[in-house]
This record gives sequence, structure tokens and C-alpha cells, in this order.
Amino acid sequence: MAGLELLSDQGYRIDGRRAGELRKIQARMGVFAQADGSAYIEQGNTKALAVVYGPHEIRGSRSRALPDRALVNCQYSSATFSTGERKRRPHGDRKSCEMGLQLRQTFEAAILTQLHPRSQIDIYVQVLQADGGTYAACVNAATLAVMDAGIPMRDFVCACSAGFVDGTALADLSHVEEAAGGPQLALALLPASGQIALLEMDSRLHEDHLEQVLEAAAQAARDVHTLLDRVVRQHVQEASILLGD
Amino acid sequence: MKETPLSNCERRFLLRAIEEKKRLDGRQTYDYRNIRISFGTDYGCCIVELGKTRVLGQVSCELVSPKLNRATEGILFFNLELSQMAAPAFEPGRQSDLLVKLNRLLERCLRNSKCIDTESLCVVAGEKVWQIRVDLHLLNHDGNIIDAASIAAIVALCHFRRPDVSVQGEEVTLYTPEERDPVPLSIHHMPICVSFAFFQQGTYLLVDPNEREERVMDGLLVIAMNKHREICTIQSSGGIMLLKDQVFRCSKIAGVKVAEITELIQKALENDQRVRKEGGKFGFAESIANQRITAFKMEKAPIDTSNIEEKAEEIIAEAEPPPEVVSKPVLWTPGTAQIGEGIENSWGDLEDSEKEEEEEGGIDETVILDDTKMDTGEVSDIGSQGAPIVLSDSEEEEMIILEPEKSPKKIRAQTSANQKAPSKSQGKRRKKKRTAN
Repeated sequence: MAGLELLSDQGYRIDGRRAGELRKIQARMGVFAQADGSAYIEQGNTKALAVVYGPHEIRGSRSRALPDRALVNCQYSSATFSTGERKRRPHGDRKSCEMGLQLRQTFEAAILTQLHPRSQIDIYVQVLQADGGTYAACVNAATLAVMDAGIPMRDFVCACSAGFVDGTALADLSHVEEAAGGPQLALALLPASGQIALLEMDSRLHEDHLEQVLEAAAQAARDVHTLLDRVVRQHVQEASILLGD
Repeated sequence: MKETPLSNCERRFLLRAIEEKKRLDGRQTYDYRNIRISFGTDYGCCIVELGKTRVLGQVSCELVSPKLNRATEGILFFNLELSQMAAPAFEPGRQSDLLVKLNRLLERCLRNSKCIDTESLCVVAGEKVWQIRVDLHLLNHDGNIIDAASIAAIVALCHFRRPDVSVQGEEVTLYTPEERDPVPLSIHHMPICVSFAFFQQGTYLLVDPNEREERVMDGLLVIAMNKHREICTIQSSGGIMLLKDQVFRCSKIAGVKVAEITELIQKALENDQRVRKEGGKFGFAESIANQRITAFKMEKAPIDTSNIEEKAEEIIAEAEPPPEVVSKPVLWTPGTAQIGEGIENSWGDLEDSEKEEEEEGGIDETVILDDTKMDTGEVSDIGSQGAPIVLSDSEEEEMIILEPEKSPKKIRAQTSANQKAPSKSQGKRRKKKRTAN
């Protein structure tokens, strides 16, 4: 990977973006009729679907019910055709288990779970194409799906990844940039309060650069928020027209 | 077996202590528990103790064919086991959420930060590479597994020696330790995890939480760093909302702690090296056996004793005087007696109040009561003659009802001979009235 230049002298990245620029984001809410809430998002070539059921009665063993808040259940799976090499199993390996845990943690923090005691909220996320930033795409899709289901949340949860190359922080890494092995940071942010619902980082990054990368990721998450906000507003408008108000 | 739940009192007590910046084991907010590293007789075997948390690390190696997409890289494999030995709540052979989280964190901390040169583990490109396997076993759980496990993993890797190999043309020769000295792995840096526990929605922060503190914490932030102050992994978990400043503060603290721990590890490694070279005694048998009881040993904690006398006097002055010691049995009311220490007993009062209540309630029964008094008087007389009734209190109305089937009849028979005494039905009527009251 030595020959690969992630950031040119002119300040452009491999796919022609600037350092702080996001990939194109397209999203839709309410893509499935059966589910309580659903959403589809494309961030560049990364595509993710999210489906939400609930809040409903606890399925399976009753003993899992929490007396003071709702149980959030997340399952992450990525399609066998989503990556360059064909995957053997869509879910169940350590990585997808971890991803499911992280999603659960993110949404337990963001959803007002105390409003639905002794019930359960299911979030299923499916990645159709993985081209970097899968965690971010999953969180963004799930946020829209939770909103579509009408479940109260503190705020949007907006996630974005960031990397660090040659003294510059790059926002929203693509697969090529991730594979180069530089540091990557994933951040789930509640934009209004600036609180961090989840923070995760890999590979080596000097402590002094942490602030720069974190700021880049936070800025990118705020940008994602403006886009998602627009999608939600548009969806509500369309829905209200259909209802004939 | 399920974990014993923490009572609300205990929870409140712990949180209160944390609010007052006190910890149950006497540590300061940013203090680590004592870290102890001991090595086994084999290379790549160590036990790390972090307070009472103990993790056993063992590294082994094997020649395997490489992964297809990485023909020239050795394979690193990490596995942490949480056995029931460590805590009764762990279930054997199940991938719990905690276990997945810890294993992934270790993998990301040690593999993704490229602390071990995997290319040096290649023997023949595309044919044979070394697979290094790090097995970690939690022996005792007293909180902060991840820090102990990450230290154990890196120490075991540093301590490990793999057999030497040579390649001549197509031929690969593996040398036994007797033929050639085994070679150490090439390690670039030592990432070490530092955990921060957050309480009360991030208001309070503690380093190295023990098991009790982990139970009451809101969330955890793990930062892995090496001594060059390079961050290798950050992971937040639990439902807390972090702020950016908190993350920066934690990373600063982590830098200091990692420097201390790295120094300790290096000292321990050098020490073991020296002992081995000198031909002294080494291994677990040497380092652990002289302590018979290892699980419940008390650690020495420094206590400030400078003004202890004044403090003690202060406490004595403030305290309430102890209750009088009664050396002889005291009879407060009939049927209740007291001996020794304790608060004055209140049984007598209770009986008095009951009596009053009864008298209040029984005003319109007075006529009947008179009868019963006479009646019971009779009964006691009979009792002295050999019947099973011994009670002689004046207001034992229920007594008649409570008697075994036979004796009331007997009484009736005797009393009716003497006088026109109350019958059983009368007793019943009385009872009804009572319940009405």
C-alpha cells in the first residue's frame, strides 16, 4: 500500500473529495409496509437498510423484561455479497456481534427507553454494500427507522467516521482509505447537545492529534444531521399530503 | 448461578462514597490497584494480578498455512476465557455479550495497532507462517478484567520465545531449544488498556474500577495507549453521554498510567531474564506458593496515623453514652425480664396498651364479663386440682374457646353443679361481640 497516495498535494483524496467532505448521502424513510419503521440509506457506495419493530411485548423469556425501561435489541448483519470477498455467514461472527452490541448501546443512550417499561424495541440492520463507514451508515439508517416508527428519542443520533493522513483529518472514510491501515475513529453524536453516544477508535494515533480528528468527525456528524433532518421533514410533508391534511 | 444482586443500600452507599471522593479500598480517584506480575517456568506464561483480579496468560505457536489474502503475514489469535472459577455468574462455553466485547477489544488493541511484526512470522511466503495464539484465562474476577487481560497478553507476548527455523531452498528445518536458542517475537510497542468508570451521568470518574464499583457505574471508557502516548484503541460502552473534554482528560490520565505500567512490565521482564540467566529459581512455584491463601489475602493499605488520638477522643466525646448495663435480671412486668445490655424492653408497655383497648371495647359486655370472671376463677381452682389449665389472669375470655374440646365440658359440668354458670354459647356470643368491636 506504500504507493497509494491518500491525500494529494492539492488536498484532494482518491475519490476527489476534500478532507472534510462527506460522500453523497441519499436516504428514504418508510420503505417497508410490514415494519413499524424502516429506512434505507446510501452513503457513497455504502448501502444499509434498517427496520424497527416495537415497542412491543417482550418476546422469548419474560425474565429479560426491565421494570423501568424498554429493552433495545439490535441485530446487525451484512449481506454475503456486501464485501469484495464473499462472506461465509451473514451474521454470528465476533465482528457482527460487536457491531450489534455497539448499535444497542448507541440507541439505548438515545431512545427515551424509560417511557416504555417492560417492553422491547427491535432494530434490525442489514448492510447491502460495505464501502467503508458501515457503523456510521447503520446508525444513520437506524435513526431514521426509529423516527419512522414514532419512538421518542432525545435527539437524532448521527454517526460518522474520520481518519488521519499526513497531519490532516479526513472525514467519512471510504473502503480504500480504511484498508490503508491508518487510524480510524467512529463517532455517534447527539448534535444538539454535542454529547457522544459512542466513541470508538482503532490503530495508532498520537494523543496530540486526537482533538483534531475528533473535531473533524463531530463536524461531519453535524453535517449528516442537516441532511437527515431534511429527509425527515420531507418525509413528514409527503405523508401529511397523502393523509389529505 | 445468577450473580447476587446488589442491595439498594449498598448501591447508595457506594455512590455516596464516590460523591465524597472516597473509595472503599482507600485508593484515590486516579490510583491503580497493586499490579503484580509473575512468570511460569515456560516461556510465554504469566499471571497478572491487579488487586484481586487475576489473569493467566499463555502464548503458544504453531506452523500453519497463511490466509489467502495475506500470504506473507503470520497469524495472531487472541482468546479470553471467563471461567466459572472467576465468578459464579459466568457461564462456561457461552459467548456472552461481555465476552464478545472483551475479546474484540483485545483483538483491536493488540492486533489492529500492529504491535507485533506479523511479517517476521512468515517462514515460506504463501506456504508456512507462524500462528501465535494468546490464551487468557480469568482466574479471579474483582473488576476491570480488560486492563488485567491486556497487561497479561502483552507481558506473555514479550516473554514468549518461538523455536528457531531456517530455510534452505525448499527445506525448512525446525530447531529444538537444545539445538538453537528460541527467538523472541519482534514487538514494536506495548499497548495497554486503561479503564475509566463514569458515575452519575459522567459527573464522577474513577480509574481502575473494582467489581463493586463496576456494578454501580453508568458507563465505561477504555483507552489503550503505548508509552509513546499513541492511542491504540478507544471504546466507550454503557449508556453514558460523553463530552469531548472528558475524553481529552481521560486520554491525558491514560498517558501517565500507561507510562507507569510499562515501566513496571519492563522491570518484571528484566528481573525474570536475570534470574533465568543466573540459574536461580523461577516459575509460579517460586513466586506464588509461599502464600497459602491467595484469594482472600489482605493487602497493606497506608493509613494516616498522625492525629489518631485526637480523632478518637473526638469521636468518643460526640458519641452517645452506651445504655446502662443490667447485671441482674430485671422484671419490668410479669412475664418479661431483662438481663445484660440492651435497650429497656417495651413488652410490658405493649401489654398495658392492649389491656386498655380491651377495656374500652368491652363496656357493653360488663355484665357478661362479670360472669366470666367468676368462671375463670373457678377454672383456676379446677386447674390446681389436676386439670390441664393453669392460667389465672382475670381477663382470659378466649381461654374457654381455645381449650381442647374436652375440658370446657368438664368445666361446665363442674360449674353447673355449683352455680348457674355461663355456657359455651355464651362464650361464643362474647367472641362475636369482640370481633364486631
